[in-house]
Amino acid sequence: MQEEIQIHLSVNGKAHDCKVSTRKSLADFLRQDLKLTGTHVGCEHGVCGACTVLVNHQTARSCLMLAVQADQCEITTVEGLTNEDHTLSVLQQAFKESHALQCGFCTPGMLTTLTELLSENLNPSEDQVREAITGNLCRCTGYQPIIKAGLLAAERLRALDNPARALAPQSSQGQS
Amino acid sequence: MSLMGTFENYQAPTSVSDQQRPNQYIGSPVQRTEDNALLQGLGQYVDDLKLEGVLHACVLRSPHAHAKIQSIDIRHASSMPGVVKIYLYDDLPPSAKKRLPVLVPNPAIKQIMTQEVLASKEVLCVGDPVAFVVALERCLAEDACDAIEVEYEVLPAVANCLNALEASSPTIHSEIASNMAANVKMGFGDIEQAFANATHRVRDTFWINRGSAHPMETRGYAARFDPATGDLCVWSSGQTPHLEKKNLIDVLAWHPEKLRVIINDVGGGFGPKVMFYPEEALVAHAAHDLVRPVKWIEDRREHFYTATQERDQWWDMELALTAEGKILGLKLIMTHDNGAYLPWGIIMPYIGVTTTPGPYVIPCIDVDLRVVYTNKNATSPVRGAGRPQAVFAMERIMDKVAHTLGLDRARIREINFVKPEQMPYNNGFIYRDGKPMVYDTGDYPKCQAMALELARYDDFPSRQKAARQEGRYIGIGFANFVEGTGLGPFEGATVRVQQDGRVTVLTAACPQGQGHKTIFAQICADQLGVPMSMIDVITADTSTISMGIGTFASRITATAGNSVFLAGQSVRNKVLALGAFLLQVSVDDLVLHDGVCFVKSNPSHSKTFAELARVSQGMPGFSFPPGVTNGLEDTQYFSPSQSTYCNGTAVAEVELDVDTGQIKIIRYCMSHDSGNLINPLLVDGQIQGSIAHGIGNATLEWMRYDEQAQPISTNFAEYLLPMSTDVPNAQLVHLSSPTYLNPLGVKGAGEGGTIPAAAAIVSAIENALSGTDLFLREAPLTPPRLFEILYDSGFFKSRQL
Repeated sequence: MQEEIQIHLSVNGKAHDCKVSTRKSLADFLRQDLKLTGTHVGCEHGVCGACTVLVNHQTARSCLMLAVQADQCEITTVEGLTNEDHTLSVLQQAFKESHALQCGFCTPGMLTTLTELLSENLNPSEDQVREAITGNLCRCTGYQPIIKAGLLAAERLRALDNPARALAPQSSQGQS
Repeated sequence: MSLMGTFENYQAPTSVSDQQRPNQYIGSPVQRTEDNALLQGLGQYVDDLKLEGVLHACVLRSPHAHAKIQSIDIRHASSMPGVVKIYLYDDLPPSAKKRLPVLVPNPAIKQIMTQEVLASKEVLCVGDPVAFVVALERCLAEDACDAIEVEYEVLPAVANCLNALEASSPTIHSEIASNMAANVKMGFGDIEQAFANATHRVRDTFWINRGSAHPMETRGYAARFDPATGDLCVWSSGQTPHLEKKNLIDVLAWHPEKLRVIINDVGGGFGPKVMFYPEEALVAHAAHDLVRPVKWIEDRREHFYTATQERDQWWDMELALTAEGKILGLKLIMTHDNGAYLPWGIIMPYIGVTTTPGPYVIPCIDVDLRVVYTNKNATSPVRGAGRPQAVFAMERIMDKVAHTLGLDRARIREINFVKPEQMPYNNGFIYRDGKPMVYDTGDYPKCQAMALELARYDDFPSRQKAARQEGRYIGIGFANFVEGTGLGPFEGATVRVQQDGRVTVLTAACPQGQGHKTIFAQICADQLGVPMSMIDVITADTSTISMGIGTFASRITATAGNSVFLAGQSVRNKVLALGAFLLQVSVDDLVLHDGVCFVKSNPSHSKTFAELARVSQGMPGFSFPPGVTNGLEDTQYFSPSQSTYCNGTAVAEVELDVDTGQIKIIRYCMSHDSGNLINPLLVDGQIQGSIAHGIGNATLEWMRYDEQAQPISTNFAEYLLPMSTDVPNAQLVHLSSPTYLNPLGVKGAGEGGTIPAAAAIVSAIENALSGTDLFLREAPLTPPRLFEILYDSGFFKSRQL
């Protein structure tokens, strides 16, 4: 039978105490137990990057990480990157304007990955944005609009007083 | 909110200039209406549906390419935790025990082989479904799959389609006499005379492996049966809702009015999701049988085994030419590794061979198409649908002709182009739509010239010389293509003004990222004079429109787009007729603006769309006046008389690291003509994206099998997709040759980037090696393969000298 362990974690700024199967991936936990289905599972072997979430503000493949490993962690998913009033955040808006998504399946992973980049570097070069998303496969866009969106978001964030909050409005990082 | 809410604060416009806004949206780079939900993680892909009490399924698949099933023992597996039921072939209803239907039959198919829902006694490829396990959780279903014991008698497998036709070859199925699925001999003109008259004959054989589509979302299905109504609802990550419904009706022997297929958000399709697969029938059957929702989501490894591919083709091409280089005729023998089943008939290889002439005048062609069964996963169209191979073969042989005759590669093409004054031009073939291949509009010489100018082709030799002096190998290559798009027979749309004044567009078109909802709202808004924000577009739900085909083959804007246009026009006329009656003026005195119908000379004299819609719904017993009919709605099934042909030219500039075989694409330019553009932002997105797919085909993607037909590239480490660093920012330039075949003058745009890419890139790689005699005959050219070719050619020996 399946072994379960109690974990405590924060997801998008909200605390959760859950019993979780030791064999369950973080992706499945987020999607099935917390109903946060914005995190997508594209390959389940850590290559495509669609399942990328932020664990303690760093990108992680939620398909390669067990939910129990997220005990005591702060997780940010795509749902935490949107404004609390349900409008698009700066990065999301830049994606829309740049036509940086088509089917939208890889998009959550792209957004979390670029959130990490922009939280570390608000003035990235085109090559740095391109390099940052090499771990995220997109089959629709040919990547250029995503790179453009990353640069556009960086430009707009630089003009803000609190870019960290604008990047991840509902994560603990954004709220700090 | 009052039913009139939308218009409570309505103020009539004061000047005529802002009342008349024809084509406010059509032709504009409007941002997508789809994006907000997708960007916030609120998409509803099939695995995201929250179905109360859903059960999870897993498929036990054959590990052998060809085997007979001796026995299946599920006793232990059935008793494992969480297992609800295990289905084998014998558990299926009689209607599901037949082989799946051929979706596009063709009389040329000699021996039809389609898949079984579950294998009865013989498996024909790795991945064939053998058992279907339903459990409380996916992991428990997977555990049970591992515990099912199957005894197989392994049979010899057919792995190579060239050997498959030899008399000594085993056959893919014990009851099949030969592995030739279809042998199509077709053509036109006097080929023997053409070759007798020729000064030059140029021949070569090309091999292309196109791999699979690999949308980022794999396949998946969910189903729910409602015992209260007898309704069965199936959700799919598909491309063809009505086609899936038709198949489910047959396979489950279900009443057509009690079956509904809904396709919500789809994470990419690119062709393979057009097919009807066994898992959809299994999910639907189990949901009915167990009276519980059931879901099956494909994992990526299964996708490599079971989602259809394009894979290997061999093209033996021979051109007959005059002394000046004018083409007199073409002989073509094409051999296609079809795999074990024919779900889509022979459409893909057929499209391939008929695409061969492309933009060139070829007076006679002789084709011998050999579609060959192998014990591998089935093939069907992937973005480009057989055309990338045809363009590769044709453009490579044209490069060889240029080299043989000592002509520039651009010049040999100019000599042979179909000229704009020859339009409409019949290329001699019958296309897959059953109609002669009549190119409707286009300017192929100009298209090539524009692309070459953008790429600075003329001064490339000096750039190349300078680079070579620095020890760098750079090269330029290009390719032309013509693509049949906008296939019929139809794709319909309903436009309806609702009683709250909002407008709904309903269609069976099935987007997977193309932005249908935005495009249709643009088209509809312009017809009715409403803002796009007043329009709701509902796609891919069989309950909303009685017939439909689906989204593939670059067809939807040309078909459904025109249906929206025509239905929108019709509803406009209905609004005006009813408005004229109620306002007691003539139709010519009326203006439609922002959902209000008002009198031009007196804008306050008006009726809102909501008021008009309510009147049009009728009051019991009150008749309509002459000229007014019930409902502000109309349904149109625009049916084009034939395909409309888009075209383009791709130019690649590459740098080759000869010591590793690594290629870097330095610059990529493309000219593209898909007629009028409804939304240039989205068209550019389609082209840039499809170029990326073509770059994968040219340099990375290779679906490999071993000699026992075991797939050996079954994850994203063994099968590489292009990353962000592999794809350059393409420079695009558009021509616009609107078609006369549909009211909007539009052509397809979804595949043009993919089709010429491998041909252009491989030509560029060869050009980078100019000075050697190397002629490249294959794609993909992965770094190891390219290094191997260089090594075998003696390149390194001669370089050391």
